[in-house]
Amino acid sequence: MMNTKNQTNGTRSQGQTTAHGELEPFTTFSAYSPYLADPKAKLDRKIVESIEEAVKRSGLKDGMTISFHHAFREGDKSINLVVDILAQMGFRDLTLASSSLVSANAPLIEHIKNGVIRKIYTSGMRGKLADAISHGLMDEPITVHSHGGRCALIYRGEIKIDVAFLGVSACDAFGNANGFSGRSMCGALGYAMVDAHFADKVIMLTEEIVTYPNAPASIRQDQVDWIVQIDEVGDPAKISVGAARATTNPRELLIARLCAEVMEHGGYFEDGFSMQTGTGGSSTATVRFLEDRMNHKGIKAAWALGGQTGGMVDLHKKGLIDTLLDTQSFDAVAARSLAESPKHVEISAHYYANPLSKAAVVDRLDMVILSALEIDLGFNVNVLTGSDGVMRGASGGHCDTAAGAKLSIVAAPLIRSRIPTVVNKVTTRVTPGETVGVLVTDHGVAVNPNRPEVAERLKGAGLPVLSIEELYERAIAITGKPKPIEFLDKVVGIVRYRDGTVIDIVRQVAE
Amino acid sequence: MQITKEALAGTLESSDLFVRISPTDGPLELIVKSEVEHQFGDQIRHVAMQTLARFEVSDGATVIIEDKGALDCVIEARLEAAIMRASDEETIKWGTRL
Amino acid sequence: MGDTPVTLRRSMLFMPGSNAAMLSTAFVFKPDSVMFDLEDAVSLREKDAARFLVYHTLKSSLYDGIERVVRINPLSTPFGRDDLEAAVRGGADVIRLPKTETAADVEELEACVKEIELSCGREVGSTMLMAAIESASGVVNALSIAQSSSRMMGIALAGFDYVTDMQTERGDGTELFYARCAVLHAARAAKIDAFDVVFSDLNDEAGFLREVDIIKRLGFNGKSLINPRQIELLHRAYAPTQEDVDYANRVVAAAEKAEKEGLGVISLNGKMIDAPIVENAKRVISRAKASGVRW
Repeated sequence: MMNTKNQTNGTRSQGQTTAHGELEPFTTFSAYSPYLADPKAKLDRKIVESIEEAVKRSGLKDGMTISFHHAFREGDKSINLVVDILAQMGFRDLTLASSSLVSANAPLIEHIKNGVIRKIYTSGMRGKLADAISHGLMDEPITVHSHGGRCALIYRGEIKIDVAFLGVSACDAFGNANGFSGRSMCGALGYAMVDAHFADKVIMLTEEIVTYPNAPASIRQDQVDWIVQIDEVGDPAKISVGAARATTNPRELLIARLCAEVMEHGGYFEDGFSMQTGTGGSSTATVRFLEDRMNHKGIKAAWALGGQTGGMVDLHKKGLIDTLLDTQSFDAVAARSLAESPKHVEISAHYYANPLSKAAVVDRLDMVILSALEIDLGFNVNVLTGSDGVMRGASGGHCDTAAGAKLSIVAAPLIRSRIPTVVNKVTTRVTPGETVGVLVTDHGVAVNPNRPEVAERLKGAGLPVLSIEELYERAIAITGKPKPIEFLDKVVGIVRYRDGTVIDIVRQVAE
Repeated sequence: MQITKEALAGTLESSDLFVRISPTDGPLELIVKSEVEHQFGDQIRHVAMQTLARFEVSDGATVIIEDKGALDCVIEARLEAAIMRASDEETIKWGTRL
Repeated sequence: MGDTPVTLRRSMLFMPGSNAAMLSTAFVFKPDSVMFDLEDAVSLREKDAARFLVYHTLKSSLYDGIERVVRINPLSTPFGRDDLEAAVRGGADVIRLPKTETAADVEELEACVKEIELSCGREVGSTMLMAAIESASGVVNALSIAQSSSRMMGIALAGFDYVTDMQTERGDGTELFYARCAVLHAARAAKIDAFDVVFSDLNDEAGFLREVDIIKRLGFNGKSLINPRQIELLHRAYAPTQEDVDYANRVVAAAEKAEKEGLGVISLNGKMIDAPIVENAKRVISRAKASGVRW
């Protein structure tokens, strides 16, 4: 029951009200919105001077869960900054649930050692942080989830975000933000949208506070609690290291051409098809080869999903792809297109890939091109651990799209320096082989035996189709047989499938 | 074959290796540092020792290999180039050593 | 009718013999032939190392299924003889002699090759030869060079040195007009293959394809290439169209029918077909098999 505290001395407070049964009687217009009675607070109440102040107001306590988005990827400046401040403020035993972590997050090592961070949920990790954790830095194993799987864990309540810290280039005084206003535009905020929706408290970190309303808003005023202006949330130039550049590497081009041919002849290349091609030199080149084939056949794609890139935007502009659905923009061209094209649509990771949501876009996908660090004779794919057993990748949307797509195509060189990509058994299983249709390598193509019709189509089109065992033998004939890596008993990572089930574990590597 | 002077061969590019051979007074010493040590370290040492044996380098040398994931055929070739450069042997003995 | 399979030699990919990474990977591009270069692409101080690399690459099975050519340094240099030892002992299919001026150059090479074959136990005559023609006198002597040895499988025109010798420079092809025709005629008269010059501007795809169109119409078997990216472009340009293939199939079927029925004259849709047309049809079909159909 509310009583009359916060009452002002205005005339309206003098009025008599009548209680009706148990219902609370009216007192004054600002009883539940006191800021309305304060002309300054009315407009600027969310803006606080410092991250410390925002954290204090959020009620963050030891042992709680904090979250971040990774739209700036290697250019992110928010995660390290906030965790530094939380450490200085004396917080301990926090759970860090960032949508992903990157090489630039190496400073977190100190905060794991000093007890600020006790638990980690992430899509992946690279660099020194990943190396240290693979070598047993943490007492509790980290949880690695896919983009859709993170939403599922939030749905199930396993990840309960107490405070989300969401870095954006610009927002207005109420916290309306999108990825294309301000000077550090990162494009789609598909991961941040999830946290804004599900977090208990949302602290927005922004470089700039712009005129109200900042529309359209990806993260909305009704989701944001406090706003802190900081110098730099992220460097968009480091989002894509080379993803948008057209490759001239002959091997990448060879794989890209084969990918395009597999897409063309796999059985789903028809007017109105949908696709996701990912990033990296090969993917970008695949899109270019695909353009020729679409023109030749006189067909168009209804939509493309991503992770959008300049290459996709180019096809969209040429009218070859009607709609772009975008959870994160991999380059400035994609970020600009998101701002300009009404059919370049931002979607949340939840909408994109959550298996427990009422519908995920991946459910309707025709074809997807995916990467692999390793793929085994059962077509299981590892995109997390290197051949030395150290984590150096991310689950991303790999298992989400593979599960949903009519045809998932994994593209990778058969051998990287002396390390075969096709192996007897993957070091870590991230995506189950039953959801992988075709492997494309520079030595030829292998089709999952559970897709005999696809194999027939590709053979019929004259593609170099081999069995995966043949590709394995070929790799070993060139490199020699690699000695298995040695692991210790300690578990350093738990790999969750998109529905939250445990699909594999990562053990500490022996040194 | 006698190692008489220090010699280098190869590069530090991916799929290659860098070899340094120096004369010593002691036994043959082989030091291998490799990007693919976990999976192929033993194999690299095996190929290196075989190659050294073919050229009858059995003592008086330190061989340092910095490997960037080279295939066996490249390892042999780089070692042979380094050995020839480190010795006073002018001509290649085709048919015996190769 | 000649049933010997046509050896396709559309693409000959040049590769510096000193580049370990390229030697370890380039077979995936499936050129018809690969040329390991010990000559111009290798600096003086790496001649020894490149020779060992090429030798061990030849010894490996990496390039199985691809014709392996080694360009040696001229025998007059201090490197030539050891290069040849490495190539022949390594198992090269073909030795490419650079800067060939006269038939005598080939004869000298052949004698050395034979000596090495005998010494290492390789079948005498199993090492083929080809000559690169890089000068005015080479062009003038093209026929005698092409006919100089039964080991000769082809001659190649090398454009850069040739145009320098001719006191001109590379342009739209006019500067190579005579040399191309002369080399090609010499090759055809000697019943061996002919290869055109490299096209060095990697980023000019349209220019490359224009040049390919010219040399294909002139009758060259193929072209020397310096980047794997050019292989697919070249193979596609040499691929027949579906119409070509359909016609070729009809020609071959008509020829087979005529043979079965013991007819001396082959006819298709009321037109007489003679032997060269049948031979050409078979070539079209084999090209389609190798590189698909162009669209």
